[in-house]
Formats: sequence, structure tokens, C-alpha cells
Amino acid sequence: MVRLLHIEFIKLWNNRASKILITSYFLLLTSIALIAAIKFDIGPVQFHLADQGIFNFPYIWHFNTFVTAIFKLFLAIVIVSMMANEYSNKTIKQNLIDGLSKKEFILSKFLTVVSFSLISTVFVFVVSMVLGLIYSDYNEFSIIFSDLEFLLAFFIKLVGFFSFCLFLGIFVKRSAFALGFLVLWVIFEQMIFGLLGWKVMSWPNAKLIKDFFPLESMMNLIKEPFTRLSAVQNIGEQIGENMRFDYNVYWYEFLIVIFWTALFIYLSYALLKKRDL
Amino acid sequence: METILTVNNLTKKFGFLTAVKDLSFTIEKGNVYGILGPNGSGKSTTLGIILNVVNRTSGDFSWFEGNTSTHDALKKVGAIIERPNFYPYMTAIQNLKLVCKIKEVPETKIEEKLQLVGLWERKDSKFRTYSLGMKQRLAIASALLNDPEILILDEPTNGLDPQGIHQIRQIIKKIAGQGTTILLASHLLDEVEKVCSHVVILRKGEKLYSGPVDGMLASHGFFELRTADMEKLQALLEKNASFGKISRENGTLTAFLKEEMNAEELNKMLFDKGMVLSHLVKRKESLEEQFLTLTKNN
Repeated sequence: MVRLLHIEFIKLWNNRASKILITSYFLLLTSIALIAAIKFDIGPVQFHLADQGIFNFPYIWHFNTFVTAIFKLFLAIVIVSMMANEYSNKTIKQNLIDGLSKKEFILSKFLTVVSFSLISTVFVFVVSMVLGLIYSDYNEFSIIFSDLEFLLAFFIKLVGFFSFCLFLGIFVKRSAFALGFLVLWVIFEQMIFGLLGWKVMSWPNAKLIKDFFPLESMMNLIKEPFTRLSAVQNIGEQIGENMRFDYNVYWYEFLIVIFWTALFIYLSYALLKKRDL
Repeated sequence: METILTVNNLTKKFGFLTAVKDLSFTIEKGNVYGILGPNGSGKSTTLGIILNVVNRTSGDFSWFEGNTSTHDALKKVGAIIERPNFYPYMTAIQNLKLVCKIKEVPETKIEEKLQLVGLWERKDSKFRTYSLGMKQRLAIASALLNDPEILILDEPTNGLDPQGIHQIRQIIKKIAGQGTTILLASHLLDEVEKVCSHVVILRKGEKLYSGPVDGMLASHGFFELRTADMEKLQALLEKNASFGKISRENGTLTAFLKEEMNAEELNKMLFDKGMVLSHLVKRKESLEEQFLTLTKNN
């Protein structure tokens, strides 16, 4: 396993573009701390974002995992191209001839994906912990370590999303087209959802089905945290809108994403096995 | 003798096209094999199958008497297929280190092999800056990293300039001289003739011949003769039962033997009959001639 990871590391780290993207990604993860610096000072309206409770434990787990997940697009590019480049350089052929089995090849890519997700999770944990300890209004031990399922959700979400990217890289074989396909897929999921709700069934049912789509299910793991802010809640109450949504992470939502992850990895393997190189 | 590779009734179909048809042969340790065939005769497909990158339709093959899985066996094999494939953004050294990791061999051999192919001075240059000849030599170095039991080369001199071709041939000869088994696929016959002891000849995916180079045609060679009275010579030889086809071209008479006869014998016989030769050469058909005969008749 270490050998497979090392192989992937040599391939990635010697590539300048990947190196820059990976470094920027982790810098961006850290940069979420900069939100703390957002301050508006317009005459009577004084607004300091850090004072709005976004860094309160345990809300910070929810907020940071949601926001930082947006940066995963950087790594998506790295992952898609690390897969597609093996095809365009034909190095995948050489790897197999040199004695890497097809299973090992997929496993080495998957392990890389898991490592990326794990390191991201640890990063987000540390950054959030530091920010929380500085700004949070509540610092009791039990509060700090509640709602940690958001971190697990973050991890599973990344693994799922990157596995999808991996599959696209193998399936499409060209990194630019694979990324295009990814965007297309996002639109496709929304279109299916729209069609279902509009013509086939009621909107709540369509919503239910939508949660089973690969990208939607990953999105759905961590729901948007903004309406949970007390400031936003207050506004909601004033205009008479009920904004008390369900923000929890449920076990079956994990299961859906894990199912897709397994499927994508299996499909990648099946595709590699079936294809003549 | 130790068997390195056994191929049994291997068939590969691409849709309607049958690229390899019912192919069987074995590779014994210590010999240098050539796979010959015109373009599109299934050479690369055959190599692709035994190297685990092309799926077979039917039949089977086994490495090292079937004692290991294919991908483990490949760690004891060195192979270059068509074009050298490396990571363009990595240097020679970095690429070879990666191969060492994949083959699970120590990195100590890198310098030795780069010296062997004459690339040690350029070890820190990125692969994409290499010329085609250098890329091909790096591929050979990479294939040798594990001191393979067998070296498989698919068209190793394709697209190279005369110097590059010469360099690669020298390297192949050097390796063959060390007793490494080599499997060389090529359509360049003089290349195969110079280094191979055994050949497998393919045409349209079918095996026409496999065995030692000499035994390819049941032929006893031919004489090239010149004398003052060519008409008389031809008449004389046509009466002799030892000779088959006789032809005259550019003032030289070519007489093919039907049975064994050496040059002294013929010379003496003709002299006794009062004919003095100005030119007498006994030759075997070149591999090219044999190959063309073989592929034409079928």
C-alpha cells in the first residue's frame, strides 16, 4: 500500500502543474481563516463577520466543512488529469507492462484520493479548531466535540466526489473533456430533477429521488449552513418565513455516497480491465 | 531446457477482424527470437496479449511454466512496445526510479543501465527534451533495470536515423551476448537475421513457421556461376539431377540445389568436363528471400 502511494506521489509531485494546484488547494483551505477578518464599517452599521457566531462551536464544524468543500474543484482538476494523462502519455500501458496489475493501478489512484480527502479533513479540523478556540463564544469540551459528524461527512463527500472524477478520467481519457463532462453531469442531474418534478411526479417526490443522484447525494451530505445563523434566523422570523430546516447528517445519506463511491471505483476497474490499451 | 513463455492457440478478434489466429509457440531460455511479419500481421497484438495490455479472445499463455501470475511474471520481464512511454515532465532518473518502484527492484542499477545505453550524462534532463533515439535508449535502460529473464522489443529501431538504428543494434547485440533471452518483433529482416537464432513468422495473424532461422526453408542453397560459354554451362547443369531451377541474369547463372553439394565438388565436375569458371559462389537464401518465398506461397 505504501509502495502504491509512493508510486502515485512520484508521478504527482514531479508535475509542476499538479504541485501548484495541490499547494494552492491547501493554502485555500487555510485561508478560510481570513473570513474572520471580514469587517464592514459603514457609519452606524458595524459588521464583523467573526462576531456573528459563524465560528461558534459546534456550528463552525458545519460552516467550515461546507465552505471549504467548494475548493475541492482544485483537486478535482488534479485527479482528473492524473488519470487522463496516464492515457495521453500512454504511461498506463508502460506501467502495466512493467508489472503493475490493473487492480494495483486502480488501487494506487484510489488510495491517493483517500489520502487527499483525509489530509483535507485533518486540515479543516485543525483550522476550525484554532479559529473556534479564538472566536467561539462556547468553549466547553462537550460543545467543542459535538457535531463532529460533519467532518466525517466532509471526508466521505470528498472521497465520493474524487472517485467520480477518477472514473471520468478513465472513462473520457482526456482531462479537458472529462472536466467538461463533470459540468455537464451537474446540469444533467438538475435537468432530470426538473423533468421529474414538472411532468412525472410531485416536487417533494422528485426531491426525494434527487437525493439519490451521485453529485446531489454528495452535496446533500452537508446542507447549507447559512440559514442556521442566528442573524439569518432572526430575519426569517421577522418576515414570517420558517427557516428552521433539517441540517443533520443521516446514516442513509452516508450509505448512498458510499454506494456511488464503490460503484465508480468498480466501474473504473471494469473499464480498465475490458479495454485494450 | 527452461521454458520462459508458452503460448497456446491464442486468438484475438477486433470485431470482424481476426488479428491473431490460433497462434502457438514457446520461448526457451537463452535463445534470441524474432517475430517476423508484414505490418498488421499481429505481431504487436500478440506481444500486447502476453504483456497484459490487450485482452485475448480465446486461448491462453503462461509465463515461467505457469508458476506466477502474469503481473508478477512481468516484473521479471523487460519490454518495450512500439514507442517509449514515460512521464514527459520527469527526468530520466525520476522515470527510472518510478519503474524501480513498480518492478520492486532496488534503485542501485539505474546508473549502470544508463551508462550502458549512453544516457548517464543526460540523466537529469526531462524526458520531453530527448530525441527519439534517446527516448528509445532510455526505454531499453528501463526494460533492463530488473536484469530481466527475457527482453521483449517491439520494432525497437522504428523511426530512428541510421546512427540511432546502429546504436540500438549494438546494444541488443551486447545484451544478447550476455545470454539474455530476447524476443524481437520486427519487419526489418536484416535486423532479425543479424541477431536472432529462432524465428516465428506471422501473416494475417497466422503462424507460417516457427523454429531455427536455418530450418525455415528446406533449401540447400544455390550457386552463382560465371564462365566464358554460358549456354554450354546452362545446358550441362540442366541435365544434372542435383539442380532445380536455373536462371540467368546479368551474365550470371543462378542454379538452385535440390540436394546437398559443395562448391569443390561442382568445380571439379565442371573442370573435368572442360569448363573453367570465372566466378563461383555458394550461398544460402537470405532471410528476406526465404521470408518472401514463405509469405508468397501461402
